[in-house]
Amino acid sequence: MNSTSLWYATRASGIVALILLTLTMVLGLVTTTRPRARNWPGFAQQEIHRRISIMAVVFVAIHVFTSILDTYVHIGWLAVVVPFASPYSRFWVGLGTIALDLMVAVFVSSLLRAHLKPGTWRAIHWLAYASWPVALIHTFGMGTDSREHWVIALGALCALAVGLSLAWRVRAAAKRRASVPTTANHLVPLNPHVTTARTRGPL
Amino acid sequence: MSGMRIRIDPVACEAYGYCAELLPEAISLDEWGYPIVDDRPLDSELMALAKRAVRDCPKRAITLLDKTSG
Amino acid sequence: MTQANPVQALDDVHRLLGHPSDLRGHLNAHGPLNVPLGRNGSWQQDLVTSLEASGLNGRGGSAFPTSIKLALARSAGRGGSVVVNAMEGEPASDKDTLLLIRTPHLVLDGAQYLGALCHAARIVVCIPIGRDPVATAVNQAILERARNRYAPVREEIVRPPGRFLAGEESALTNWIESARPLPVFRPDKGAPLRLGGRPALVHNAETLAHIALIARHGAGPFRARGMTEEPGTSLVTISGDVKYPGVVEIDRGTPLWDIATRSQPVASVQALLVGGYGGTWVGPGHFGTPYAPIALRTIGAAAGAGVIAVLGETSCGLAESARIARYLAGQGAGQCGPCVYGLPAIADDMARLARGEGSGEDIVRLHRRLDQVNGRGACRHPDGAVNLVRSALAIFAGDVAAHGQGHPCRHWRKPTSLRFPRTVGL
Repeated sequence: MNSTSLWYATRASGIVALILLTLTMVLGLVTTTRPRARNWPGFAQQEIHRRISIMAVVFVAIHVFTSILDTYVHIGWLAVVVPFASPYSRFWVGLGTIALDLMVAVFVSSLLRAHLKPGTWRAIHWLAYASWPVALIHTFGMGTDSREHWVIALGALCALAVGLSLAWRVRAAAKRRASVPTTANHLVPLNPHVTTARTRGPL
Repeated sequence: MSGMRIRIDPVACEAYGYCAELLPEAISLDEWGYPIVDDRPLDSELMALAKRAVRDCPKRAITLLDKTSG
Repeated sequence: MTQANPVQALDDVHRLLGHPSDLRGHLNAHGPLNVPLGRNGSWQQDLVTSLEASGLNGRGGSAFPTSIKLALARSAGRGGSVVVNAMEGEPASDKDTLLLIRTPHLVLDGAQYLGALCHAARIVVCIPIGRDPVATAVNQAILERARNRYAPVREEIVRPPGRFLAGEESALTNWIESARPLPVFRPDKGAPLRLGGRPALVHNAETLAHIALIARHGAGPFRARGMTEEPGTSLVTISGDVKYPGVVEIDRGTPLWDIATRSQPVASVQALLVGGYGGTWVGPGHFGTPYAPIALRTIGAAAGAGVIAVLGETSCGLAESARIARYLAGQGAGQCGPCVYGLPAIADDMARLARGEGSGEDIVRLHRRLDQVNGRGACRHPDGAVNLVRSALAIFAGDVAAHGQGHPCRHWRKPTSLRFPRTVGL
């Protein structure tokens, strides 16, 4: 593969990865517990979320490999895992590395989910909230195509999709909390009602 | 008859309802979205779906028990 | 201390109440602790045999055979804890509070005997926040014992929050371990509780007092009272529409009515609530039932926490039951959906019924909800609430019909005769 082909492959796979990561975020955010729309197959949405995340990882892998193999600029294998280790465009590539590291953590923890405590898995999964925006900023910071109108439009669309999904999720969680009956929320200790032993009268 | 039964941990369960979607033959939902489990042993045809329900539960609340345990 | 009945004949040494509360008096009445150093094997075997022969079962609500529970804990290893459950979260119950203020040494001795049998490393007395007089009395007793080098196993007090469920045994060990008073889902009931990786043997305070007497005086005196199938005495707290509410010690097998009359009901009695706020209403036809788990089971009731609440004619059974349902709905641990959502819904239905706003459909829906909620929590809290409401709907069926048609009795507005730690509205 010559350098130009690698370069195109890097850019194309990067854009596709961004779209797939956005879709993954949206599908992960827009879930509720019951009750929800009667005919909406929640389990299927979760499966699709998983499968799209796998596709996203594949395209990120293509994006990373082609960028390293391309000798036109020197990035180096180290920069795949260590942020800001690339001589070329140190800062923006570094952001990409950070996004990648976080994404790998999320992915691997999900593969090992059965062996992790639910709280641990959940905490690591929340790193996705950090990974996605960093990936978005990396996309535009790299500069290669970021002045193209369609790329800008795409980026805006992705940001909007995740923003709206996040807002939806926050609101759904608030509604859920509010639906818990207040009598069930009394985490207040009992007041003392018996402070002395009582046996009055002829017992 | 596979002889396996479904058990749901009521503390872990948060009413996602995926189990009821996958196994309506054995799991229905109460008016608040929480699962009501049919206690009888599962048919063997349902085992594949049951295992999927176990895997898909976001809270790992559902497990399968064989005849000897529980 | 006792106002009316002074300590009477010799045979009273075998009762729980009426003993001196200081260590010297306690030893004069019952003799020395007598746990042999080095924990002699034949002494242990004798004690285990006595407990089995006594037929003692739990006085905290489980009615579980004490000897079986002990065997499970012993087989789970050494160095564990004996936990004294003095939480008494049941609002209508005072017996454990009374026992610990009046005779703390008896309860602590019971724990020492079990501690010797299980090679326990410590005894943990759980007294809820808000019951400082109990904590003071027990603390004083522990200090007295320590000063006299009396107690082989170390005794300590902890103060969990005073919630209804904090006394559930798995919630108690959970709190001691991780500061969360939440019941644990235990599908395998045979597995003993654990604290810090070691076995934990949790017992109600009254049960431990009985153990202390059996260990000192043998199973004979215990079995001499009560019935052959259900031996011994029990402490019962009587409340409700009575002139003299309080705690009595009765022989097992005493008819319910004979127990209730000791507190002098103020009016004609329409029902008795037996067991606690998760217990069962009993109608006049069954007032003669002996107070013993076997007999109570035949009428669908249980001794529970040793509670009898008296409902007079001038009270509304549905209104009082609605208040109990509301109270129980607010006392869940908040962990399980059917309890978190179901109990308040049931309480709402009961409140509407009590106010005369319910309809036939409401009653059908209420029954459906009761069926759905029963047995679907991690602990038995929702089951207790369901049991209470079901028995109310059965015993007060006449009221249900009248209230359900918009004609509530005039008593539903009357202030409650039942005891609640805070105001429970309808």
